[in-house]
Amino acid sequence: MSNENTWLILGATSSMARAFSRAVAQRGHHLILAGRDMADLEASAADCTARGAPTARALPFDARDPKSFEGLLTAMQAQTGTLNCAVFVGSMPAQEAIDADPTLITGTVTDSFTGPAELVQRLAPMMEERGAGTVVGVGSVAGDRGRLGNYVYGAAKAGFHTYLSGLRNRLTRSGGHVVTVKPGFVDTAMTYDLDGMFLVAPPEKVAQDILRACDKRKNTIYTPFFWRYIMRIIKSVPEPIFKKLSI
Amino acid sequence: MSWKSRTYTGWGRVHSATSDTARPERASHLSRLMAEAPAPALGNLRSYGDACLNDGGKAIDMLRMDRILGFDPETGVLNVEGGCTLGTLARIFAPQGWLPAVMPGTGFATVGGAIANDVHGKNHHHMGSFGQHVLEITLETPKGKEVLTPGTAGFNATIGGLGQTGVIQSAKLQMLACKGDVMMVTERRAENLDAFLALINGSTASYSVGWIDATAQGEALGRGILEEGETGAGLVPAAKRGKRVPFNAPGFALSPPIVRMFNNAYFRRVPAAGRTTVKPIDDFFFPLDKIYDWNKLYGKKGFHQFQCVLPLDQTEVLREMLKKIARSALASPLAVLKRMGPEGDGMISFPMEGYTLAVDFRNKGRAEDLIAHLGDMTAQAGGRVYLAKDALASEAQIRSMYPNLNDWAAEVAKHDPEGRLNTDMTRRLNLRGPK
Repeated sequence: MSNENTWLILGATSSMARAFSRAVAQRGHHLILAGRDMADLEASAADCTARGAPTARALPFDARDPKSFEGLLTAMQAQTGTLNCAVFVGSMPAQEAIDADPTLITGTVTDSFTGPAELVQRLAPMMEERGAGTVVGVGSVAGDRGRLGNYVYGAAKAGFHTYLSGLRNRLTRSGGHVVTVKPGFVDTAMTYDLDGMFLVAPPEKVAQDILRACDKRKNTIYTPFFWRYIMRIIKSVPEPIFKKLSI
Repeated sequence: MSWKSRTYTGWGRVHSATSDTARPERASHLSRLMAEAPAPALGNLRSYGDACLNDGGKAIDMLRMDRILGFDPETGVLNVEGGCTLGTLARIFAPQGWLPAVMPGTGFATVGGAIANDVHGKNHHHMGSFGQHVLEITLETPKGKEVLTPGTAGFNATIGGLGQTGVIQSAKLQMLACKGDVMMVTERRAENLDAFLALINGSTASYSVGWIDATAQGEALGRGILEEGETGAGLVPAAKRGKRVPFNAPGFALSPPIVRMFNNAYFRRVPAAGRTTVKPIDDFFFPLDKIYDWNKLYGKKGFHQFQCVLPLDQTEVLREMLKKIARSALASPLAVLKRMGPEGDGMISFPMEGYTLAVDFRNKGRAEDLIAHLGDMTAQAGGRVYLAKDALASEAQIRSMYPNLNDWAAEVAKHDPEGRLNTDMTRRLNLRGPK
């Protein structure tokens, strides 16, 4: 087997994915950037090539359209060497919007959990066959405990976390690995104008944390690291008290 | 599209502004923003005065539009988004044998900022200014997208045009072939101004810049060190960066005796016979970037940088300026003297053939008077003050220095008829006049 690596980046237009793709490109890995805004993905692919990726391609991916998965799976199968996948997709409608229109729940869960999970599930046999590869799943600290502010998004991410832990259990048997990433507040387009943000991390810092976690085969990381302790406190609040809080 | 209120300053930290700021990450977002609410662009805020401020208005933060869109290793033509920094380009491309043709004193300057201020570097005497290596500009104007090429009025109004024709979404740049990411640097001492000018005039190096002791008086007036550099290939440890200044320095840190002492030591650091060393490329081009926020060393009131260019035959004015600066005892150790080559096509670009002098002053009352006076001397000598550094010039001074200002304003009005891209600087100096 060669030392070649390919990373499939799902949701590659996001700020975090962009930073991660660049970091991977600098290591000389191949990239397949997947998302919906093809013009933007083409720009990122050119950027990654300039930064050291031997090849970088843009391909369409829509978490809500399983037909879009075929092209990605075929493209991955055609790559030689180790196959890796990083999932950065997810959608977080305001909780009030969901309260007003509960049908939004399906889309949120599809974007943040079941859509990418279906694709990764179909990729897993290829990784098992090659006996290597890493899946990075970006979840959220919001998935650690349901809160008033965004519990539908949190529930979707909690489901994704559980999925990732099961997948890790499976892939480790064939030499593969799964890293669950729980970012705190990150300075992305999604959070740019949100109020009440603190200790906001730049996407480049998160990307470096993720890459280090892959190298060290960490199972679950919080990024920045102190969110582990913040969430430990939040998780330790007894439910009778927690249910009255609005944090 | 989301907007967020942000308070920011120019690099000199004397003036601040609060603007509703958007931060697009994609070209399509920028287009939408410019259609809905046209606003001037912000980069890394490395212009010193108010050129990058739009107090009470809107602004577009371009730092997330920082991608390389294409590079041809055969020709060295690079297509890059406006928010990408020149330091990033140097880091990526120098090992491949290419550099931005012009590198200003900080690698944090963005491509958009470098075009809008038509920046110059240590090779101006050979290569001209940044704008002379731009092959194409994709501009988002309040009237829509425009692609500008050299030789057109729109292009010449955009080069050095302070962002007034539109937001620079991307540009094609002709990169310069280099041998690698290492610099051979020769430093030589000059004991006074005449000796310094003789050294500068005799220099044939690709890159050259002079550090001048702005506190030296009498016999030593105008003494300094000429640094000359050539790119080379080799192996030196990469430049370390990322140190921060944890707090605003107290006033005495830059008091006259300390600055004199520092300058004396700095001057004698180079042996009288000169020396040649090998440095990482960043250390030569961006010596101050190692301290991420060195502007805090001037204390919380900030500082002004005065930079002018004087025609070659006005060395006596230069001498007079240095006398006044030395006598005032207001200057910081950061002072630069360099020879510039012929001007480019930017209608209100700063560079022109002559000697350029740049001196930092802590923001104290007397410094403002001194800078106003130096501005008058510059105007009378037929020179120019650099708008990217300025916060104090008067409208009359600038009008006499930039005779093409009215033509420029007329061209700008074609791209931004409603004046949506005005900044604190264009308002202060009434640049978009004509009144």
